[in-house]
Amino acid sequence: MIIKASQASDVPSSEITSESDYLNRRRFLGASAAGAVVLFGRAAPLGARPQELEPTPEDLATGYNNFYEFGLDKSDPARHAHALRTRPWTIKVDGLCNKPADYQLEDFVQPSAVEDRTYRFRCVEAWSMVVPWRGFPLADVIKRAEPAASAKYVAFETLWDPEQMPERRWRPRIGWPYREGLRLDEAMHPLALLATGMYGKALPNQNGAPLRLIVPWKYGFKSIKSIVRMTFTETEPPTTWATQTPNEYGFYANVNPDVSHPRWSQARERPLGKGILARRVPTRFLNGYEEEVGSLYEDMDLKKFF
Amino acid sequence: MRRSTTSSRPPAASRDARQVFLLKVAIWLSGLAPVCWLSAGVARGALGANPIETIMLVEGRWTLVFLLATMAVTPLRRLAKWNQVVKVRRLLGLFAFFHASVHFLAYAGLDQSFALAYILEDVLERRYITAGFASLVLLIPLAVTSTKGWIRRLGKRWRRLHRLAYAAAVLGVLHFFWKVKADTFWPLLSALLLAALLGVRAYYAAAKRRKAPRVA
Repeated sequence: MIIKASQASDVPSSEITSESDYLNRRRFLGASAAGAVVLFGRAAPLGARPQELEPTPEDLATGYNNFYEFGLDKSDPARHAHALRTRPWTIKVDGLCNKPADYQLEDFVQPSAVEDRTYRFRCVEAWSMVVPWRGFPLADVIKRAEPAASAKYVAFETLWDPEQMPERRWRPRIGWPYREGLRLDEAMHPLALLATGMYGKALPNQNGAPLRLIVPWKYGFKSIKSIVRMTFTETEPPTTWATQTPNEYGFYANVNPDVSHPRWSQARERPLGKGILARRVPTRFLNGYEEEVGSLYEDMDLKKFF
Repeated sequence: MRRSTTSSRPPAASRDARQVFLLKVAIWLSGLAPVCWLSAGVARGALGANPIETIMLVEGRWTLVFLLATMAVTPLRRLAKWNQVVKVRRLLGLFAFFHASVHFLAYAGLDQSFALAYILEDVLERRYITAGFASLVLLIPLAVTSTKGWIRRLGKRWRRLHRLAYAAAVLGVLHFFWKVKADTFWPLLSALLLAALLGVRAYYAAAKRRKAPRVA
């Protein structure tokens, strides 16, 4: 699956490779090694079932989305997100860093080596998918921005343009734009990905084109879509759902079967695309990525910082 | 024909009967259509990425539709002076119970694979499931005692027992409202409708009390 994906030919050549590969070869090798761990290292230990990383059928991943700016039903984004203009696209990097800048998307993406990574994706609503993403480590762009010593967090913002995202029926009382954030050490982790594609193609608009975050050990709402801004901050930045419903969603939002959401248990999840008679499967701590990212939370009470 | 005032009774009665018959046909069709549509959807794999969720959502909505329709019978009778409509109330109520049962079975059977521990946890700990489950439980005695035999046997107590329908409807709407994350449009609309329907009843009940004060 993965090999096939990386052979797909309909990817803009700008996304595949660049001359900076040579200059960044150490970083590239490091990232590839991390990618290899992700891709191949999971099958063996911790009772991981080998069939587990078989990607969810593509039409499910592109037809069942939470992207409230384009409507509240899961099928709304696929219907309405064509209105999103993804070129030209500017990403503002600002806050506590030495090199704040406004980047054109191409300049933002190009210096990095794009890789294919298949991750589990666990929604806070207790369903899950397996998605082959295409992207590059978030750490790349953070290093490039040279965060100040005082920077402890990085905040993200989704585009908010009512013209491209017309009000649908009933606007929820959500303060747009959509905001998310990570602690800087989380953001620097090699598993944290900035995705530009999936299933060997460019990202569909409803999946967060042209650029989205993927943090596979956290609930899906942390993986913010259609990013237009990254801001380095000293204090924990306010994030949309944690602000909206603080008793239900926290800043960390790590996948954790032991911390229930008030409206549903997180102990089990429903993998999509398995048919109507398929049973739920147990959810794993940190979505099965404990080995890689568990050390980030060693001294934390994750029941308190949920 | 024009001056048949004295003999107007039989035709009016047969027109009423036809109206009720057509209404019943419409209720049967709309009552069974969702289940047919869902079954066809399952067979064709056309219910989207999360078919179990689709089944629960569709059946939950139809439960509310039939609950509200049942609650609308008496107000309709009073406001539109349309007495015949009471003859379809039982059918509407039974279809509300039918859809509530399918909704619950989809949850308990398909979504939870009858894992009792998880179902119990849900019912006890999550208020929207507590409310929905309570609503279903309240509907059971109403469905059981909906037959002519039970109406006769219970006499005056039947009316009192069937006031549980109000509680079931309120709990059903609450279940819907507590379930949604951000899209409160339909829950609020259902709540408004239910409030209006209960308001009409309250108004007529109060008027009746004023007219004929009870002497103890």
